[in-house]
Amino acid sequence: MRAIVTVIGKDRVGIIADVCGLLAKNGVNVLDISQTVMREYFTMIMLVDISGCLLDFSALSDLLRSGGEAAELSVRIQREDIFEAMHRI
Amino acid sequence: MINRNEILQTIDMIDQQHLDIRTVTMGISLLDCADEDIGRCCVKIYDKISKKAEKLVSVCSEIEHEFGIPIVNKRVSVTPAALVAAACRASSFVSLAEAMDKASGTVGVNFIGGFSALVHKGFTDADRKLIASIPEALALTSRVCSSVNVATTRAGINMDAVRLMGETVVSAAKATASSGGMACAKLVTFANAVEDNPFMAGAFHGTGEPECVINVGVSGPGVVHHALLACKGEPFDVVAETIKKTAFRVTRMGQLVAREASRRLGVPFGVVDLSLAPTPDIGDSVADILEEMGLESVGGHGTTAALALLNDAVKKGGVMASGHVGGLSGAFIPVSEDAGMIRAARSGALCIDKLEAMTCVCSVGLDMIAVPGDTPASTIAAIIADEAAIGVINSKTTAVRIIPAPGMDVGETVNFGGLLGSAPVMPVHKLSADAFVARGGRIPAPLGSLRN
Repeated sequence: MRAIVTVIGKDRVGIIADVCGLLAKNGVNVLDISQTVMREYFTMIMLVDISGCLLDFSALSDLLRSGGEAAELSVRIQREDIFEAMHRI
Repeated sequence: MINRNEILQTIDMIDQQHLDIRTVTMGISLLDCADEDIGRCCVKIYDKISKKAEKLVSVCSEIEHEFGIPIVNKRVSVTPAALVAAACRASSFVSLAEAMDKASGTVGVNFIGGFSALVHKGFTDADRKLIASIPEALALTSRVCSSVNVATTRAGINMDAVRLMGETVVSAAKATASSGGMACAKLVTFANAVEDNPFMAGAFHGTGEPECVINVGVSGPGVVHHALLACKGEPFDVVAETIKKTAFRVTRMGQLVAREASRRLGVPFGVVDLSLAPTPDIGDSVADILEEMGLESVGGHGTTAALALLNDAVKKGGVMASGHVGGLSGAFIPVSEDAGMIRAARSGALCIDKLEAMTCVCSVGLDMIAVPGDTPASTIAAIIADEAAIGVINSKTTAVRIIPAPGMDVGETVNFGGLLGSAPVMPVHKLSADAFVARGGRIPAPLGSLRN
């Protein structure tokens, strides 16, 4: 199953490494990354494959959110379908 | 892959613009719970609801987590209780409401609809008993919602039922005087009630519905308002197009959630209700949308036209986004549940007469309106009759959810808290409708042609 991870927060060294580390540790494969910094704010969008994830979706979502909060980042994971549904006919 | 702007737009809609799924409502047939003995009937009702809706809340919570979209309410609607209880020999049906309340508490939903009767052409004995039980039932329970259908386009208006509902509303307010007449916030009088409405307080599971069904109500006034901020001064063609596109997106989300909920619960999907339903939160208001179109305040001249455009564009955008559209589908304008409507009512810009006019072009009717506590039952019945006439003549659903706030007068505010919000007490005409309402009988069904 594919999902979208979004990371938003103040830019600093090592954000990508931190988030990717967390994902890798839990068996989540990153398929694509798009990242930019707008007015000091770091925004990263990752397409990930969670088929090999060791946790269930809710646990992974909670882990990313709490991990993000500890690093002053807003990190969320949502199934890709919601964006497909909203933006594609 | 979906592009970054689309992803950020979705997240912004959810985080900043109050986009959510307003309700996932499970409709459950209780027809097989009928029993001569009301005690046994109550046990069957409790057991059936508890079993069928056992996983409703947990499945919705899974979906919320996975898709990152809040599902604000999980609810249950059931077969109109008057039909289920018709076999019971009891003289009061209050215990049925208590069984519904207990079951809804067990499964964790915040409202259960269907303490209802359909009396548009006449009353069965059970209908009369049910309506007589409404004030006490709503006072003794916290989650049960009640509705009574008093008119349809095909049958006309049952004026005996209209009179009875005027009296029932007053009794319900008195029975809950200490909480501002809270029972009236859970009581809807309908014309042309629909069988698959997922929204409370008017939800019930009609007799044409399957054993069990999932209906979903979407929302998103904040999203529509935000989209309109980008078309300041543009002609209405652009406004309509913008609303359509936004409604499409919002509804697609509802369709996705409905499909997932239906699959995971193993219950067929019924409809997505396209209604724009506000909440008392700032930035989640239908009134704000109308004002964004250029009105100084909702309630002023131009409001009806603005609402007509909004309601129509929401439907046009939403229809293509969902496999099955139903329920009430339109813009809701509950006064107590919409910060902009509350503001306009408080300032005197919005009066009941204008609200009545607005209901000609939108769903669903005079909704969550507080009036002085000493308003006579005949005046409330006459308000219901006016609203029913609009529904019957225009072949649309209309409803009245009015609260004669006990001990309160114009200028005061009755507070219900939570999603029900707070309602400024609005003035009603002091002219008597006693003789009009006392006539009773039926107003015949209207002609279907010569439509002017």
